[in-house]
Amino acid sequence: MSEAATPTIAADTTQPVLSARNVTKQFKVAGGHITAVNDVSVDFHAGKVLAVVGESGSGKSTLARMLLRLMPVTSGTITYLGKDVTTISGRELRDYWRDVQAVFQDPFASFNQFFTVGHMLKRSLRLAELSEGGEAELIEKCLGYVGLKPDDAVYKYPHQLSGGQRQRVMIARALMMNPKVLLADEATSMLDASLRVSVLNVLQSLRAELGLTVLFITHDIGQACYLADEVVVMEHGLVVEHGTTDEVIFSPKHDYTKRLLADVPDLKGSLKSRSWQPDAPAAVTTRAIDRKDA
Amino acid sequence: MSRMLMRASNVTAVYAADDGRDVPAVDDVTIEVPEGQIVGLAGESGCGKSTLGNAMAMIANPPLYVINGTLEIEGQSIDLRTLDPNANRRHRKYRGDVVSLLPQGAMNAISPTLKIRDLVVDVLRAHDRNYAKSDAIDLATDRLKMLDMPTRVLDSYAHQLSGGMKQRMVTVISTLLNPKLLIADEPTSALDVSSQKALIEMLLAMVEKKIMSGVIFITHDLPVLSMVTDRLAIMYAGKVIENGRTEDLVHNARHPYTAALLASVLDPTEDTRTKHVLGIPGSPPNLGNPPSGCRFHPRCRFAMDVCTTKEPATLAEGDHEFACWWAKEHPRQSVPMEVSHA
Repeated sequence: MSEAATPTIAADTTQPVLSARNVTKQFKVAGGHITAVNDVSVDFHAGKVLAVVGESGSGKSTLARMLLRLMPVTSGTITYLGKDVTTISGRELRDYWRDVQAVFQDPFASFNQFFTVGHMLKRSLRLAELSEGGEAELIEKCLGYVGLKPDDAVYKYPHQLSGGQRQRVMIARALMMNPKVLLADEATSMLDASLRVSVLNVLQSLRAELGLTVLFITHDIGQACYLADEVVVMEHGLVVEHGTTDEVIFSPKHDYTKRLLADVPDLKGSLKSRSWQPDAPAAVTTRAIDRKDA
Repeated sequence: MSRMLMRASNVTAVYAADDGRDVPAVDDVTIEVPEGQIVGLAGESGCGKSTLGNAMAMIANPPLYVINGTLEIEGQSIDLRTLDPNANRRHRKYRGDVVSLLPQGAMNAISPTLKIRDLVVDVLRAHDRNYAKSDAIDLATDRLKMLDMPTRVLDSYAHQLSGGMKQRMVTVISTLLNPKLLIADEPTSALDVSSQKALIEMLLAMVEKKIMSGVIFITHDLPVLSMVTDRLAIMYAGKVIENGRTEDLVHNARHPYTAALLASVLDPTEDTRTKHVLGIPGSPPNLGNPPSGCRFHPRCRFAMDVCTTKEPATLAEGDHEFACWWAKEHPRQSVPMEVSHA
């Protein structure tokens, strides 16, 4: 597999970077088993963002864990750049983990509270097998991708960073490995709306600048709509709908997709009966109020 | 406007920092909840919304000190100040009976080794040591039936329930004593959209059935708030910068911060598909040393000279209140949204 060098994947739509074929995962439970992921086949093309959406328990994260080779598949194959990686181990697996990086939901859980961010980033670099010396520059460059200056992060402890900063540090950490594929599992769901947009914008620009392939797992169709080229909808371990973002979100075929879309809270809508009319401008005057007198 | 259920006035809460300074996380905030309404409290992480919730629920523990504020509810006036370490004990009666707080991540606090029915008994006995076990279970069963929820949940352990069901259960349990006011802190944030909707519908049913007389709903998720709330208060850096009827704020934001938050919302619509949202540049200020003048001015697109030096007074148009120099100069105009389209 490749050295840690600038990614040179051309936008090739014929051969996928990463692909899952008939992947199934069963968990044993008392009196039988549960099929968490059921015969799923998905292709990830270079420089594209593919979103996997579905409610809790639909198998999104299990699929991600198998793609990351953090969990063995029950059946099926995972192919990376044309090579079967379903059962690789040792050196090969390490190389795979360098190319396929992940960012998870809770940025706080991914940090060791006792180490500074700089220390954590340097430890991660062991996997990149850099020669001595280039570390500081690489850390600076990758923090730059996510809009952080080294002074903002390197000497700080995790609790001194905001949630958005922590998540951006995790993305920077993943980028230091110079990955071909970035897997973001609910990476923005703990962030508030304005930070969420800034992290999504980071992912968008990385795709444009580095040709990164992104697998974006979310339960929020709005985020998929903003970022993704393709959307896969999962329900109870099955892929129930798969298509371009426009197809899936604006003309959904499957009932489950329609229900997911209907459940999305709408900023301009309401569950309460309202008959809102803007006040006639002339009727409203701007006045000062003083709480202390009230 | 309908009758006022609760009014928390001039609440100031500080965190005592290691270097001896006080960091005001909530700075002279006044908030009202009309009878039978749901009031949303929104803002970025770290703006003080949870701290305000804790102050109103009287669970401020060191290093958090409430140094000013009174809470008027149904004719009672309660001093919110952290006066002495025993205040905690003194206010036990108040918590759960008058104001109930559903803290962030409450659903993860259910003991894994107890059935939900045991939690029900524990909670009720914390208020009345002699509460009969059978009465407690009966109360919970009736409440679940009233809300069309399955009563078998009482015999389950936490791990047997989905996240959405756990969150609905802690909400039901925290309101068993019919508090006047429920303060729900980020109740929907960890849930997927379908569970969010179920919880929201349950909350609305609870208010309608008068289980509680009012709710303060704390979250940064504006679409959820706009679905469920009657009024919204937006906080920034420890202050309420805009507050009014939900429709007024959503359709006619008067503060640039509110407008920026609204612009960051990603609905699954054609508009979202093509727009590029910039988010809010910079990060929230250090509350130990807040910016002079308007606290939002370093990040504001409309900042003028006056914004950097003088704190804006609170203005009102009808019952829509806001504190912004730009809004003062542009009466009755919504803040223009900044969004670029691809």
